Amino acid sequence: MEPSKRYVGASVARREDRRLLMGAGRFAADLKLQGMAEVAFLRSPVAHGLVDVLDIDEARELEGVLAVYTAADLEGKVESFTRPFYKNVDPEVERRSDLQIAPYRADLLVRDRVIRLDEPLAVVVANDRYIAEDALELIQLDIEPLPVVSDVDAALAPGAPEVNPDVPGNIHARFRITVGQPDQALATSPHRLTETIRYGRSVGSPMETRGVVVQPDPGRGTLTVWANNQRPHLLRTYVAEMLRMADDDIRVVAPEIGGSFGGGIYAEEILVAALARDLRRPLRWIEDRRENLGNARHSRDQIHRIEVGFDDEGRILALKDWFALDCGAYNPFAITIPYNTASHLRNQFRIDNFECEAVCVATNKLQNTPVRGAGRVVAVFVMDRIVDLVADETGLDPVEIRRRNLIPGDLMPYDMGMLYRDGAPIEYDTGNFTEQFERLLAVVDLEGFRREQASLKSSGRFIGIGFSSHVEGSGYGPFEGAKVRVDNTGHVTVHTGTTAHGQSHETTLAQVCADSLGVPIDTVTVRSGDTSLIPHGGGTFASRVAVTGGSAVHMTSELVKAKILAVAGHMLEADPRDLELVDGLVHPRGAPDISLSLSEIAQAAAPGSGGLPEGMGPGIEEQSFYVPPTVVFASGSHAAIVEVDRETGVVEIVRYLVVDECGRVINPMVVDGQQHGGVAHGVGNALLEQVIYDSEGQLLTGSFVDYLLPTATDVPRIEVEHQMYPTERNPIGVKGVGEGATSSAPAAIASAIVDALRPLRIQLNELPVSPAGLRKLIEEAESGAAPMSAATSS
Amino acid sequence: MIEKSVVTIRVNGNYLNAEADVRMTLADFLRDRLDLTGTHLGCEHGVCGSCTILLDGRSVRSCLMLAVQADGADIETVEGLASPDGELHPIQEAFARHHALQCGFCTPGFLMAVKEYLSERPDGGEAEIRQRLSGNLCRCTGYQNIVDAVIELVESGVA
Amino acid sequence: MIVDINRVGGLDYVRREGDLVRLGALVRHRTVELDQEIRSRCSMIGDAMSLLGHVAIRNRGTVAGSFAHADPAAEWPALALALDADCTLMGRSGLRTVPARRFFEGFMTTALQPDEMLAEVSFTLPPANAGSSFFEVARRRGDFAQAGAGVVLVINEGEVSLARITLLGLGSTPLRATRAEEGLIGERPTSDVLRRIAGVAAESMDPLDDVHADAGYKRHVGRVMVQRALATAHSRARVSQ
Repeated sequence: MEPSKRYVGASVARREDRRLLMGAGRFAADLKLQGMAEVAFLRSPVAHGLVDVLDIDEARELEGVLAVYTAADLEGKVESFTRPFYKNVDPEVERRSDLQIAPYRADLLVRDRVIRLDEPLAVVVANDRYIAEDALELIQLDIEPLPVVSDVDAALAPGAPEVNPDVPGNIHARFRITVGQPDQALATSPHRLTETIRYGRSVGSPMETRGVVVQPDPGRGTLTVWANNQRPHLLRTYVAEMLRMADDDIRVVAPEIGGSFGGGIYAEEILVAALARDLRRPLRWIEDRRENLGNARHSRDQIHRIEVGFDDEGRILALKDWFALDCGAYNPFAITIPYNTASHLRNQFRIDNFECEAVCVATNKLQNTPVRGAGRVVAVFVMDRIVDLVADETGLDPVEIRRRNLIPGDLMPYDMGMLYRDGAPIEYDTGNFTEQFERLLAVVDLEGFRREQASLKSSGRFIGIGFSSHVEGSGYGPFEGAKVRVDNTGHVTVHTGTTAHGQSHETTLAQVCADSLGVPIDTVTVRSGDTSLIPHGGGTFASRVAVTGGSAVHMTSELVKAKILAVAGHMLEADPRDLELVDGLVHPRGAPDISLSLSEIAQAAAPGSGGLPEGMGPGIEEQSFYVPPTVVFASGSHAAIVEVDRETGVVEIVRYLVVDECGRVINPMVVDGQQHGGVAHGVGNALLEQVIYDSEGQLLTGSFVDYLLPTATDVPRIEVEHQMYPTERNPIGVKGVGEGATSSAPAAIASAIVDALRPLRIQLNELPVSPAGLRKLIEEAESGAAPMSAATSS
Repeated sequence: MIEKSVVTIRVNGNYLNAEADVRMTLADFLRDRLDLTGTHLGCEHGVCGSCTILLDGRSVRSCLMLAVQADGADIETVEGLASPDGELHPIQEAFARHHALQCGFCTPGFLMAVKEYLSERPDGGEAEIRQRLSGNLCRCTGYQNIVDAVIELVESGVA
Repeated sequence: MIVDINRVGGLDYVRREGDLVRLGALVRHRTVELDQEIRSRCSMIGDAMSLLGHVAIRNRGTVAGSFAHADPAAEWPALALALDADCTLMGRSGLRTVPARRFFEGFMTTALQPDEMLAEVSFTLPPANAGSSFFEVARRRGDFAQAGAGVVLVINEGEVSLARITLLGLGSTPLRATRAEEGLIGERPTSDVLRRIAGVAAESMDPLDDVHADAGYKRHVGRVMVQRALATAHSRARVSQ
């Protein structure tokens, strides 16, 4: 018997909306505990220096201040960070890439040497945030400045000042990947070109800043930690290790989270927990926006030097890339970001002779963090730029170059000849890139566009079209967990180890459970983001929840269904294999008038009810952990149409199209929303957002007046088409969604700007590009002074 | 010693008062003294719009006002949109229908800005709506679904 | 110490005395934005209001406050110069009037003494047959201008008889491009002439570098703004024969 409704594939309305629309969602800053005090941090006003004076006496005396801590006051109360966040680099990846990596170590509060701006030196605890900030002003701080290493070039120059004593030569890590015979292929290529491509630093900047609330129970020696962190279980691990507590004595709960887009484990989270325990009272820290822009989720910031070998037909025969990632003063993420860049650099293109060498460089800046796109963003821009450069050199249309280099659909699955960072070979599982691109071209009506372009040019207006394509390794492991339980009322509760910050998991995972179990979705509730719900959780990052969380929910639901049918079989004296669970009722196949409800079955399975088969444990509840074999590869192709105001350099995005392939789609409305948000983030990265430090390491973009997020007048309408190639690497055939759009949007926009100005050949090799920056490129191209890509032929 | 003052305001139709330091912002007053935490703080410098409320019918950035400045004012916050028995306001329903929110942090600010806009009985199209919404930042939705919700509200004459 | 004048009664008046407009200290930007008479008589003001921040800012921000803040990239200081506004300063020693061209003394510095507040700003609307416009380049809609221009033109028998060109974001104070204005008088406003005049206006620009753009870009785009503002003002002017 068919269920009356299938949920997976339908645009089910969101469960989350009602409370959020009513302002009833409880975010970190909304949590109030009795006796709670507020925390504020004293942060270094210089990027590099030795602490001469740090006098907190006057601050301590201020009425309303409860305590002030410096590094000395933390002795014996909390450990420092001593290992990177995510598990150590896969040993095979390490071996094959000749990885050299410096150890990661960071104190929670500066002891005597500041090595980045805003590094925390002291913590004030007061009755409210206003008083805490008054106290900060009373702290006497004297730092003797040291020379600042403000960028990669300065860091790698001979005799450069040392940024971090644990990082010799200012190199946090380096590795090299080689596929095929790149040197040979390059040498025998009919043509070669070299170029330097840069991507500026940006910040994740969700609308909510970071926050943590900790409630200690001094009697029991336990802590409850509310933190808007993507990975509660990981945070619990760190709190436990660094406060020397048992895992089980700590509960970490994610409240409502106002966007995240990347993260880590932060010193502030550990410190507030340690101080709450020490002071034996609840504490709250809510970050302000200036802090957020300087202390959380800096990303991108790479310089690539590429060498490309190609032929007269525009076939790319070889690619060599050396790149530097400005990693800041600390590197808690090992090689997550640069390895993502290296793994995704060739994207949808068939380039079997490839080398990529990466250097993570230390500078006196904030650490670099995986932020929406996480290394793939830069990879996509570099590769799409290469397509345009080869097009310019060969005189061929970039569309043709793309067509000639995409991996053809009939060659899938395709082995890319290197390992993913989880240690498994990168093999694009399913998809059809050429079909995807042709579909995009058809929807965009390329010929019609070219006619319009020519016509507008004759009246002095410049429109252009740009393309981008990407793959997105998604559904990263190592595991995710789900617990599914049916209670006595027949209600189904799903608990997962993930968290949500806008991705609609309460809805999408309920859809998976409802279909996999065979119950109406209204009887399913999904909860997550709480270490007390499930003992192990991976968390939310790297576009993994649909894949890993969804698969865990599916697998666990099937186990629960099996138990339900077993208990029902016992109750009906029937073979469970002759029973089915449809729309929340169990009945024999072909006899729908005989049925048992889930509540009847759950009650029969209750402990002591006597309604269970011999040897079966009580309750209708299962918990299981899904371990993915490796990632799955979603993909997308984007087209941007822009109009460039040649005189002012202002760029307007006139039309934007996406063809997205993310395997089986759970909720099309949610997927489209992720495309919109991802593209919007990309618009910001392309045209508006840049973190700017000056040569003294001072942050010039410390507010939303200078750090520019895109608004409703900057983001175009986004047309989304779906292509669907379910994967066989997980039981529900899904792939991840959410980061590919952010990767492709900047590249497509950049390419469109270049197209708009042809035949003038502007060297748009750096993002973001502002109107002033674009004017400079135009002027350089017009005067013939532009440095062209060095191209040679043999 | 920070001077204190009693601030009396009408919020969502109810007269409320509480004591506030004279330097306390209106946003903090609403959130911390009156427990109306639906109004959110995204930047505290008047750019992001998350703190937008209506004061005497006009949208304002509550992070840029002092609580004492609002003494005697008539204020509407997101908590006042739905009816007391929980029926959602048409603006809230339109947002839900169009998937115009993801994390929900910026949403209260948008709802109040939209309420003001609709009260002017606009007849503008998408371009005007986008301009009007450009004072509120969202990092999740890419704005399109919010715009679509407002287009529907304008076309159906909701005020 | 902050002194809040929001509760002082009688400061939010908008008075018309013929073509003279007098705005009290508490007149909000939004009030001017929605004033149909002012908008229809002076498009330059209407254009500028829609570019000034966002509605929530315009609901609270005041015209006089913008004058007193004197940000050279703000709309009202530039409009003040274009309209030859008068500023009425009120202090312990009474009232005094300072014309806008002397009110803006330096970078975010005005003629206001520490014991004075700006009680009223007044200006005469341009003639009914004038055409005016306001253009600016900003990183996003509503942001502070990187460069901008406001223009008022009166065309008499095909020739410019009145020209005002004001510049924002192009110096440490708003500027009137007086040499460019003089160069326009008596000329027929063809696109060649307007382009040349914009170049003359550019010579009085002295913008500052900032994190978003350097002075060279601002000067270049300032010239473009003048040119476009001139062209649009011209198209809006009622040409008498």
